[in-house]
Amino acid sequence: MTTTVHVSRDASALAVGAGQVARAIANEAAQRQADVRIVRNGSRGMFWLEPLVEVTTPAGRIAYGPVQAQEVPALFAAGLLAGGAHALRLGKVEDIPYFGKQERLTFARVGRADPLDLDDYRAHDGLRGLHKALDMAPASIVQTVTDSGLRGRGGAAFPAGIKWRTALDAPGAQKYIVCNADEGDSGTFSDRMLMEGDPFVLIEGMVIAGLAVGATQGYIYLRCEYPHAHEVLSVAIATAYAHRILGSDILGSGRRFDLEIRLGAGAYICGEETALLDSLEGKRGQVRAKPPLPASKGLFGRPTIINNVITLASVPVILDRGAEYYRDFGMGRSRGTLPLQLTGNIRHGGLVEKAFGLTLRELLYDYGGGSATGRPIRAVQVGGPLGAYLPESQFDTPIDYEAFAAIRAMLGHGGIVVFDDTVDMAQQARFAMEFCAIESCGKCTPCRIGSTRGVEVIDRIIAGVARAQNQTLLRDLCDTMTHGSLCAMGGLTPYPVLSALEHFPEDFRRPAPAAG
Amino acid sequence: MRAVSGALERHRDQAGALLPILHAVQDALGYIPEAAIPVIAQGLNQSHAEVYGTLSFYHRFRTRPGGRHVIYLCRAEACQSMGARELEGKVKKRLGIGFHETTADGAFTLEPVYCLGNCACAPSVMVDTTLHGRVDAERFDAILAETREVQT
Repeated sequence: MTTTVHVSRDASALAVGAGQVARAIANEAAQRQADVRIVRNGSRGMFWLEPLVEVTTPAGRIAYGPVQAQEVPALFAAGLLAGGAHALRLGKVEDIPYFGKQERLTFARVGRADPLDLDDYRAHDGLRGLHKALDMAPASIVQTVTDSGLRGRGGAAFPAGIKWRTALDAPGAQKYIVCNADEGDSGTFSDRMLMEGDPFVLIEGMVIAGLAVGATQGYIYLRCEYPHAHEVLSVAIATAYAHRILGSDILGSGRRFDLEIRLGAGAYICGEETALLDSLEGKRGQVRAKPPLPASKGLFGRPTIINNVITLASVPVILDRGAEYYRDFGMGRSRGTLPLQLTGNIRHGGLVEKAFGLTLRELLYDYGGGSATGRPIRAVQVGGPLGAYLPESQFDTPIDYEAFAAIRAMLGHGGIVVFDDTVDMAQQARFAMEFCAIESCGKCTPCRIGSTRGVEVIDRIIAGVARAQNQTLLRDLCDTMTHGSLCAMGGLTPYPVLSALEHFPEDFRRPAPAAG
Repeated sequence: MRAVSGALERHRDQAGALLPILHAVQDALGYIPEAAIPVIAQGLNQSHAEVYGTLSFYHRFRTRPGGRHVIYLCRAEACQSMGARELEGKVKKRLGIGFHETTADGAFTLEPVYCLGNCACAPSVMVDTTLHGRVDAERFDAILAETREVQT
């Protein structure tokens, strides 16, 4: 009898040895003449347990982790293939509270199904949303997305349905669907995990978007730092063409949608939607003034829906289960679920998809288990390099777009970076300015030059030079950047800087380091 | 220049062809020679300035040859929280070079990168297209040794 063993092909799992583990299992099985089928799945998102090995048994999928290649022979000796006892045995995956307590809608298949097996995709409810969409009028697809309350998961949280409505109403024979897969925020990897772990759901979401607004061409703008996602997506797109999910006759409907991947080239700013469009057009990735909105005048001047990976990948489940089903998760105006990413100095780093409404503290301690170093958590940056640093006193803030806006912070793309008490917040503020100087597209003067001046001013504060005056100057500079920049790069870089200054002022008063 | 004309041939009819062409040239040659710029410009009916302006905008493109392997060291916040600043110092010392430089034996070029999407297994380093997580100085030495081994 064949035993099925799952070992992840997710980039993070590979980065800690999953490839070697899969090879060791194949070798050991061959030596023992055991009949083993190894499936390279996406990750369950429990990265402290990677490389995770799951064995399919009559009692369910039994997990072992973290497994190193040299431990594989001992695992076989302990009866791995029957789910036998071993120090690394974790039991059924669903019984691990970190995983079992999640509400996985968008990530329902990630880690469970074989990411490149279309039959497995169908067996796990794949393509049901697309089948429904093919029987619906474009306006009613858009209405379903609007009613679901889905907001852009890339960071700006703009209601997806309104964007789609604008593109649907825009006149034009040629429209585009662009997927923003330029996931550049430090502390985020949900797009990558999804593209590597369930690429068909993104393709399905983009086809539905095309049907909704009458677009026949799609682009996935993928950052070049993600070679593993590129490989998986390329195979998935070829498979989708072969099975007429893409191309000139979608599932026999006579409708058309073509899809192509375009690679970025290492520019953070290209995650900003208008810079991304310029980059797709083959230019410098420079931010455009809005209006016109991309939905009316976007790629090559045509009506364009540009949405993040997670936004588009959430559409199939909304179409399949209905707008109400999705909308019933969440709180306030934040409906549905958000895939949160626990990263940095955290004991249990990984992906937690939950309905909006749980608190940051629950995430950090109930899921995350505190810091990796065991020291107190001192600061948490939420929402990427443009997000505010939050002190312990704000950890009870619920995961909700409006609640975060109310404390001058943002949820962004759901990345949470944890720092213990060894962090120097003046250095973190300096880095925020340095990063802006490196990645600014250069269009707006406050961002292009202000960021460099910001580094210099913070350096003077750290060095103990006229601290009071320089802090006033820094606040003034941040004000200019906030109000004088077209996009979030210059406009939000003040968030991490000012929050560091406000919540951790003692770090800006430390004795100046000795010269030399 | 065959790589350049090949890239032009393959991609010139795509909408927004310049980035795919630049990627194709760099994938083939390891860098984009200055001499390729006028050829690409003419092929796309663009000015030299448009092509150079685009090429120079993106961190990933290089106009000079790099080492046999490129090491991308993450400098972003999640990696900082797990000691990336210290690691950066040690890596530079170990290789004897700074960012954007190549070791004397031509084996390694060191480049900074801002997030590799491996933030739950920080600090992160990517060598060419191979990602490594939970990297400390000791692990970095092992990665260097492994990379050298593969190459010989």
